[in-house]
Amino acid sequence: MSENINLTLKIWRQKGPNDKGHLETHEARDISTDMSFLEMLDVVNEQLTVEGKDPVSFDHDCREGICGMCGTVINGLAHGPERGTTLCQLHMRHFKDGDTIVIEPWRARPFRIIKDLVVDRSSFDEIIQAGGYVSVNTGQAPEANSIPVPPEWAELAMDAAACIGCGACVAACPNASAMLFVGAKISQLALLPQGKPEAAKRALSMLRKMDELDFGNCSNETECEAVCPKEISITNIARFNREFLVASFGSSEK
Amino acid sequence: MNWLINTLGSSIGKKLLMAITGLGFIGFLAVHLIGNLTLYGGQDLFTSYVEHLHALGPLIILAELGLLSFAIIHIVIGTLLFYENLMARPVRYRVKKNAGGRTIGSATQPYTGFIILAFLILHLLNFHFAEHTNKSLYQLISSAFANPLYVGVYVIAMIVVAIHVSHGFWSLFQTLGANHPKYMPLIQKLGIAVSLMFGIGFGFVPIFISFIA
Repeated sequence: MSENINLTLKIWRQKGPNDKGHLETHEARDISTDMSFLEMLDVVNEQLTVEGKDPVSFDHDCREGICGMCGTVINGLAHGPERGTTLCQLHMRHFKDGDTIVIEPWRARPFRIIKDLVVDRSSFDEIIQAGGYVSVNTGQAPEANSIPVPPEWAELAMDAAACIGCGACVAACPNASAMLFVGAKISQLALLPQGKPEAAKRALSMLRKMDELDFGNCSNETECEAVCPKEISITNIARFNREFLVASFGSSEK
Repeated sequence: MNWLINTLGSSIGKKLLMAITGLGFIGFLAVHLIGNLTLYGGQDLFTSYVEHLHALGPLIILAELGLLSFAIIHIVIGTLLFYENLMARPVRYRVKKNAGGRTIGSATQPYTGFIILAFLILHLLNFHFAEHTNKSLYQLISSAFANPLYVGVYVIAMIVVAIHVSHGFWSLFQTLGANHPKYMPLIQKLGIAVSLMFGIGFGFVPIFISFIA
């Protein structure tokens, strides 16, 4: 059953990276409960545009929960109150008429705020780049089972590869640590035979890039796992810790 | 040696040092608790335990030096991690809720750590560095715990230790990479059991002594 609700929004407004920023109150009137959170923001922005005011900038792309572009902190929770959900897949039926919603951008030192709720997450790209290449034979498609992979490992690698790099783990972490993201990216390759030759080099260089970018240190608060829209497990962080141990003390990589 | 400094100085390396020294302290606390339990057996049993322990001579000094170096590593790195983690989010959230991952232990880990350090200094001044020439250790303990203030401080400190261990125990296994679907639930339960054991085991000693003193 669709109904319309009215909401009070307290949205973080910030003109640019060097602006101090502040929470601004906006009223959202006649919001259909069938709308997604981003559609609700679209309605607010149309109203602001009509009034000749600056619309709220926010990140979004596919709106299907698979691209990792959207995400803000809703009333203190990354991607809002629903588990395993990106912001675009959060629907207004989870809110009640008259609710006040505080909307803030991801906050972490490596995540520079560009404008309002738009956050620069290119630090994630830098970590991926630091991971380097994976040796794969080129040419014709190989024989399907020429490299045997146990199905359990393939599943675990796939679970890790579900990471969309949205940055909610960093946003929710009390220490602004990127260990769940890097753990997932390390795991998806570490679990498969194709990634083995570069495993030690990859673990060390991704870790060093992560440290260099001034992310915080993981203290196993497990808040990341709780907010991850793809429900990536912290066992991936433990695997990263193991990969680090093996690379540091068991390989010739320096 | 450069590689070793790079390794231990990295974010995971620092956590690794916290995990190993933390495991060392859990081992120490277990031995310390077994020793303290002799207090329940009365003055003679406790004094005989103390004499046997002190008879180890140089081994005790070696253990003390080991504990001191572990403590320095755990405190210095822990403080550094605490500072770095604060710096990693220069602008705080106006509204922040827990999504369900945090526990009392994990949320207070650095603070309980600092409280334990303050308690440790008090505890060493009370018994280790106290004047032993005229009084036996048992007399020192019973006169200290005749004061309800000391009993209160010690009991609270032991609750704080239990909270610290409740997060530290499973956390150190996770840091060492030992997160396995079969063993992790067991490790987490064991962590709670160990922290309760420390809290109750140590915490009731001052109460017991204050009653019989």
